[in-house]
Amino acid sequence: MPPISHGFHGRRTDAGERDRVPPGQYVTHDFPVLSAGPTPHTPLESWTFQIRGEIDQPKSWTWEELTALPSDRVTVDIHCVTKWTKLDTVWRGVSLDTLLDGVDTSAEYVLAFSDGGYTTNLPLADIRDGKAWVAYEFGEEPLEPEHGGPARLLVPHLYFWKSAKWVRGIELRANDEPGFWEMYGYNNYGDPWKEQRYAGD
Amino acid sequence: MARVADVVSETARAKSLLLDPPDWAGHLAGQHVDVRLTADDGYQAQRSYSIASAPEDEHLQLTIERIEDGEVSPYLTDDLHPGDELELRGPIGGYFVWRESLGGPVLLVAGGSGVVPLRAILRHHRAAKSDIPVRLVYSARTQADLLYREELESFDTVITLTREEWSGHTGRVGRDLLEEAAWPLADHPLVYVCGPTGFVEGVADALVAIGHAANRIRTERFGPA
Repeated sequence: MPPISHGFHGRRTDAGERDRVPPGQYVTHDFPVLSAGPTPHTPLESWTFQIRGEIDQPKSWTWEELTALPSDRVTVDIHCVTKWTKLDTVWRGVSLDTLLDGVDTSAEYVLAFSDGGYTTNLPLADIRDGKAWVAYEFGEEPLEPEHGGPARLLVPHLYFWKSAKWVRGIELRANDEPGFWEMYGYNNYGDPWKEQRYAGD
Repeated sequence: MARVADVVSETARAKSLLLDPPDWAGHLAGQHVDVRLTADDGYQAQRSYSIASAPEDEHLQLTIERIEDGEVSPYLTDDLHPGDELELRGPIGGYFVWRESLGGPVLLVAGGSGVVPLRAILRHHRAAKSDIPVRLVYSARTQADLLYREELESFDTVITLTREEWSGHTGRVGRDLLEEAAWPLADHPLVYVCGPTGFVEGVADALVAIGHAANRIRTERFGPA
């Protein structure tokens, strides 16, 4: 154990929530904002969500088409690498299973891409089987731009930088390629329960 | 574990910790560290703090603003003394940094304690004897809230106060002040904005509106939305 910080008592997470808070995280009731540049404001008329890369026929949905697809209302805990965890967040979005339905690909990885140039990489398996959504509502309201609206990726089992804000699509890839924060020293995978914050964790 | 060499009051609410981390490999101006505290029963809490010092400075400096109901900051500002040890990890973050090879001209825009990493950039710029133009626009509530005031006034700094009338600029950092203070758009200025979320959103939106390229604006935000 590291040396004691004498006089530090800290604020323990409530016993009922403790097993929901990964190591090194604290529970917040706010919704902090973190992003590397200005918030993009893409008009919905020109917005699309694309699946491209290792796929015979790239797929694309307009805003109207995407939001007309069957959607899920999901209640999940989210964990930011900057140490905050927010419990029981409520989202609505389209499951990646729905978007990937019928897609035949040899790809094992994806690179999500966003307005503003942001990217993040994930194993394809991590966005399948009910683990990821393209979310466009938060707390029953349209997702605000500073939180990634009109739509962001929602991959709650990984640190939240993997849940790309302002997402515009995914590129299916045979090889893994680091995304934006992954190139700047953050962990390539980002499992909060293993505290994979930075490269080498 | 870094040894606390000194604790310096900056304002009524902020203190600087001057630290000597062993085997520190150096950092880039703008990066941060993670601080981890451990209670006697093993409970731990971690927070990130921007580095206030330049890579060339003797000590690694963190400037901590005391958050009244905070879990970590009151310990750092009130309970740490020279000679104590502090667990650090870092440096962290490779995007919100400036080094001479990134060029400029550079505009730094700070809201409140968002000035901390930007002060590291200014100190690095001076230590590196860079001739790239650099200017700071710094918004604070009152004169009493200004961090590093004397030092910052030795740089090309424009201060605006939001809660006090004084001889200088008053009011929020908006389009007018940015147009007045920013480098010509033709020079493709590189802009760093750091502060609370609302401040950064407002400044970044205004910069885009007056024609700055979004990919030349780097932001760092803290605090709740």
